[in-house]
Amino acid sequence: MRRHRASLWTGAVIVGFTALVAIFAPLLTPHDPFAQNLAQRFLPPVWLPGGSAAHLLGTDQIGRDYLSRLILGARISMMIGTTTILMAGTIGTTLGVLGGYFGGPVDRVVMFVVSCRLAIPLILVALTVVALIGSSLAVVMLTLGLLLWERFAVVSRATTRQVCGLDYVAAAWAAGCSRSWIILREVLPNIVNHLIVIATIDMAIAILLEAALSFLGLGVPPPLPSWGLMIAEAKDYMFFKPWVIEIPGLALLVLVLGINLLGDGLRDALGAQADR
Amino acid sequence: MIGYLLRSLVLALLVCLTVLVISFTLSHIGGNLAINLAGPDASAESIAKLQHELGLDRPLPVQFLDWANRAAHGDLGDSFLFHEKVSHLIATHVPMTFTLGIVAIAIALAVALPLGILAALHEGDGIDMAIGLVALAGQALPSFWLGLMLIIWFGVDLGWLPISGVDDWTGYILPAFVLAFVAIPAVLRLTRSGMVDAIRSDYVRTARAKGLSRASIVLKHAFRNAAMPVVAVAAVQLGFILGGSVVVEVVFNIRGVGYLGWESIQKGDFPVVQAVVLLFAVIFVVLTLLADLLGAALDPRLRAR
Repeated sequence: MRRHRASLWTGAVIVGFTALVAIFAPLLTPHDPFAQNLAQRFLPPVWLPGGSAAHLLGTDQIGRDYLSRLILGARISMMIGTTTILMAGTIGTTLGVLGGYFGGPVDRVVMFVVSCRLAIPLILVALTVVALIGSSLAVVMLTLGLLLWERFAVVSRATTRQVCGLDYVAAAWAAGCSRSWIILREVLPNIVNHLIVIATIDMAIAILLEAALSFLGLGVPPPLPSWGLMIAEAKDYMFFKPWVIEIPGLALLVLVLGINLLGDGLRDALGAQADR
Repeated sequence: MIGYLLRSLVLALLVCLTVLVISFTLSHIGGNLAINLAGPDASAESIAKLQHELGLDRPLPVQFLDWANRAAHGDLGDSFLFHEKVSHLIATHVPMTFTLGIVAIAIALAVALPLGILAALHEGDGIDMAIGLVALAGQALPSFWLGLMLIIWFGVDLGWLPISGVDDWTGYILPAFVLAFVAIPAVLRLTRSGMVDAIRSDYVRTARAKGLSRASIVLKHAFRNAAMPVVAVAAVQLGFILGGSVVVEVVFNIRGVGYLGWESIQKGDFPVVQAVVLLFAVIFVVLTLLADLLGAALDPRLRAR
């Protein structure tokens, strides 16, 4: 139990801090994240010899301040994460609750759609969509939101079925409540804990996927500082200056680990039993 | 049992068909292939001519039926850019990806099973927590970044392993290890929870009462029961691993199906893209089907469903 409280707080601090950085990004960047300065390419971070306090995390291959780019990158990751869980959560929960509540043919259709979604190779199809429509932040957010709903659907379906077997749903039915009333006021509030845990899992997955898509050149377009794109742009220089990929990679690792810790802690705190 | 089998098969076929329609539609809505092929300076007439030659000016359903008809006869069409049969392209790229996937799932099982058992035996204490943290951290590692870091450490700093391509078996080690991380957390958690349940069960208590050795109880009695869902999940995870091979193949410059798909997407070579998407979908469906059937074969309780 102690471990879970510790992971809840560690995760909450990491995610909360990143969220604040994301919200106030334009106020926090010490330099313009897009300003190039070819005279100051590859300045090392402050802890390496030659580093200076003017650029705490150094500069990149065209002399842009790495810390400023990292800060703006946090905003991109958090935007991707939140929009994805909002979209995917809406789609998945709607499907799952309908399937779980009505059962029968509705449920079979829902499960079939989920199977189809699972069979679709996620990265390839996301890459194809972005390649077709053109890469932009909005396209990546939409693509991930439309692709990552299956976990919401599976879990909300299973939990809805559990809840529907309970006495208070039968009582509401007996009292003459309408179906939509039962779904919205009896079922949803009682499965929301599970959905919150799933939201953390999907947020972590969405952030990693965006980074991978941007790394592969079909995600967030340059010059936006997505952490995945920063790694892609810097990777030709990584053998001589490993910090150019270490810094954005570690940022990604810490944020996603924080979200996972938060989810793990929440699952215990909220008593949800979602399978990860 | 036969009914269950048939139902699963029909469902699997329907899923494949749906993915087929989706991937076909996706790769055809863009419709910029003729423009890509003709080049940026091409006139509207030459683009229209090219579209006509490739049959791209026909209605979408007609193109689909034509393509599906030929696909059913084993002809997946020609690649626009490689000037080769798509089926041939796929066939030459598949072996590398399969080898990579199988080595990766083997590594994942070799790491996750012992760790999961160990965590279950130490349920609630420091070792269990540490292993839980390892699983969480494994889930948070971006695979392309892990790949690059391993290339720096083992390929360049230590010089032990090749950093690109698969000229011999040593080339598979790093990419397979990175891919294994996709499956390790899930397999580990499932092994742990299955073992925790098994250790608390009556038959393990009986075995203990009979005075059997600890090793025999853990491996023969508890693990056998915990292993069943793990087998099923390992099959599904292999599907995810193969789907995730795109990133790793690009990082390590391995010319497998994932790399082929990525290259074709960038160049707008959609006969290849739809074939690769379909291939991964079929593999995933077959693997889940196998997992289902294996589960049913091993556990009579499931057959009743």
